[in-house]
Amino acid sequence: MNALEFFVVNSPIFAVAIPLLGAFLTPIFGMINDKLRNVFAIFIMIITTGIVFALSYDVVTNGIRTYIFGAQDLSLPVVRILFEVDAMSCFMAIISVILAVVALIYSWAFMKENTGLDKYYTLLLLMTTGMLGMELTGDMFNFFVFLEITSISSAALVAFWINRGKSVEAGFKYIVISTIGALFVLFSIALFYGQYNALNMAIIANSIQFTFLDKIALVLLIGALAMKAGIVPLHMWLPDAYSKAPSSVTLVLVAATQASLYGLLRLCFTIYGNMITLSPVSIGWLLVLFGIVTILLGVIMAIAQTDLKRLIAFAAVGEIGYMILGIGTGLVTMSPSISAAGLTALKGGIFHIMNDALDIGLMFLVAGAIFYATRETSLDRLGGLARNMKYTTAFFIIGLLAVSGLPPMNGFASKLLIYESTYQLNPILAIIAILASILLLAIFVKVLHSAFLGPALPRFNEVKEVPKSMLFAMAIIAGIIIVFGVFPDIIITNIVEPAANALVNNAGYISKILSLTGGA
Amino acid sequence: MIFNFPFIAVAALIIVGLYAVVFRKNLIKMIIGITIIESGVNLFLITLGYREGSIAPIYTSSPGGIMSLPVPQALTLTSIVIGVAVLALMLSLVIHIYRHYNTLDVRKIGGDEE
Amino acid sequence: MSGMSKIVKTITSISIPFILIYGLYVIAHGHLTPGGGFQGGAIFASGLVMVLVAYGSVWTMEKIKEKNLTMLESLGAFCFILIAFLGLVFGTVFFNNYLVGSNSIFGTVPAAGSGLADINTAGVIPLMNFAVGLKVIAGLFAIVLVMAYAISKKEEK
Repeated sequence: MNALEFFVVNSPIFAVAIPLLGAFLTPIFGMINDKLRNVFAIFIMIITTGIVFALSYDVVTNGIRTYIFGAQDLSLPVVRILFEVDAMSCFMAIISVILAVVALIYSWAFMKENTGLDKYYTLLLLMTTGMLGMELTGDMFNFFVFLEITSISSAALVAFWINRGKSVEAGFKYIVISTIGALFVLFSIALFYGQYNALNMAIIANSIQFTFLDKIALVLLIGALAMKAGIVPLHMWLPDAYSKAPSSVTLVLVAATQASLYGLLRLCFTIYGNMITLSPVSIGWLLVLFGIVTILLGVIMAIAQTDLKRLIAFAAVGEIGYMILGIGTGLVTMSPSISAAGLTALKGGIFHIMNDALDIGLMFLVAGAIFYATRETSLDRLGGLARNMKYTTAFFIIGLLAVSGLPPMNGFASKLLIYESTYQLNPILAIIAILASILLLAIFVKVLHSAFLGPALPRFNEVKEVPKSMLFAMAIIAGIIIVFGVFPDIIITNIVEPAANALVNNAGYISKILSLTGGA
Repeated sequence: MIFNFPFIAVAALIIVGLYAVVFRKNLIKMIIGITIIESGVNLFLITLGYREGSIAPIYTSSPGGIMSLPVPQALTLTSIVIGVAVLALMLSLVIHIYRHYNTLDVRKIGGDEE
Repeated sequence: MSGMSKIVKTITSISIPFILIYGLYVIAHGHLTPGGGFQGGAIFASGLVMVLVAYGSVWTMEKIKEKNLTMLESLGAFCFILIAFLGLVFGTVFFNNYLVGSNSIFGTVPAAGSGLADINTAGVIPLMNFAVGLKVIAGLFAIVLVMAYAISKKEEK
């Protein structure tokens, strides 16, 4: 086995283990020097990004890759923990690592004045580990463990500004919600284990009977994961957590939310995949309904906000609705059989996961930059910042166009796919989605006006442009947004389409594991 | 019938815990509620692994006979470890909340400040 | 918490070695009997917490710095992952138990069937138990110590 092959074969575990190793080495580097620690954390994350990209390339070209822990041979694979990486996992992992790298670069200047940064970097790397683990694993219990790792580290990070009561409160709310959700997940895992004597997702999916207990498990899992993913009516923790956390943390928190969404997709398409495509369209319609309600509530609540970060947080709720709408439409259209229209909807929904992470992420970074420069997030007290913060204003305009789905930004590419396919399902859905997008545009133009334009305020005369590392972090995301917006076809054919196909191809996912166990 | 008692206990624990989380106004009591739910789930896992008349799955000096399933016990152990971490985090957050607001009543925290 | 009466302190001093040794025993026998890194670590940490209760958090904080505990905790976690990585280097995959059958430390293969336990078995599992034990001791004690210290500072105000 040559070095490259060795690297690719072991890349699933490297993607999770290297940030984990880095997380525990960070305090040691922090004892030596602060700068060294920051460089080390960014270095670790860039290595992880490289690994995830190599893994994704391999998975897209050669198909599903598995990794079995600690095995000399495969005599007892059912008991062993294993990772199963398909194109959908890779797609989500790419989002997570990109956001984590950007967040680490952004934190360099943004968090500089805080104390306890050793723990901050450790937790950020742990959170990335958890997300990657959730996305790459093929084992239900392993999924639960990584879910909890993500929850604990992100709750601690939400409450990182511990001297603000509201941050602590948001962190507490988040950990309570996450823990109850995770316990429901564990309970459903126990239900699966009791019936099928297996913890592996593929083996459960293969033997699932859709008994009464399975229905209970489905309800509990959808409830818990929807809660973690911030879908209305279970979104109450999300605006608090997003708006009270430091902006760099919020960026990774967006990715963590989407990792839960990935869990929801894995549940609907893989574990219950056999059943849902056979049985009536109920789950699909449920998701469509959730999607519409989430879009409407998120956007309407965003209108009323006066705090910039809270406003963006509600816009993020609305954006989650678009993904759910796309995926739900895909599910409805694809039962009883896989169709081109359903695949389009699914592609739109999946592509929007990535676009939302980038757009909302950029908006939060801009809000963080404004906070860094002025120590202010209330829209009533901001104004005239464009004079002193040219680049930030430019990035805000890019984010504004992308969030509201205007060409030539990436948001347009994915939202168009969603509009197209929902229109075929029911025109009213598409109209609501388009109207909500227009409202989002109006809301963010209002923000642009009240924060960046308008007369120069005397108390902001001294405001300077933010440091280079923050600008660089925003520039990375803005660059990706524009590239995705200008060349959506390349992205869709190379990344999104394999992900959508992998999600639908649940027979392939199952047979890969069964071939390892020799039947079962 | 006798073997259904653990499952009834599981249901009772989870319901009691949920009640505490939803209806209690004191943060510490909410945390206790979460721990009770966790105990319920752990008990459920352990019960799943038990077989009638089985012994603990330890090979050392084992008298023979059927053993209960070790996998749910390993899962429970992991869940307990995670539970400790979550409990510690929640309690330390509560300490900080108490410092800021001087109360543990959910209706009184989160008001205006700064 | 400023420490308790002399009786409590004396009893603590007498009983502490037994508790700590029992904790270490549970860690070291993790691969043979119920227990392991977490359980033994929890026992060991409880012993330390007993000292904390008896002597007060301020006194304990002077003796044991919280920063050192954090370092120990990181070290424990690092050792655990390092051992897992060594499985990749010396064996075939991550978490591979490469020591089993190597006849080196913890490397012997026990005789089949039930019988007396042989502590020199199970490969990397005891090593991982030690790493986890270190992490749990440092982590749990740090949590309790910091919480107690924070509360006692609050009372002083």
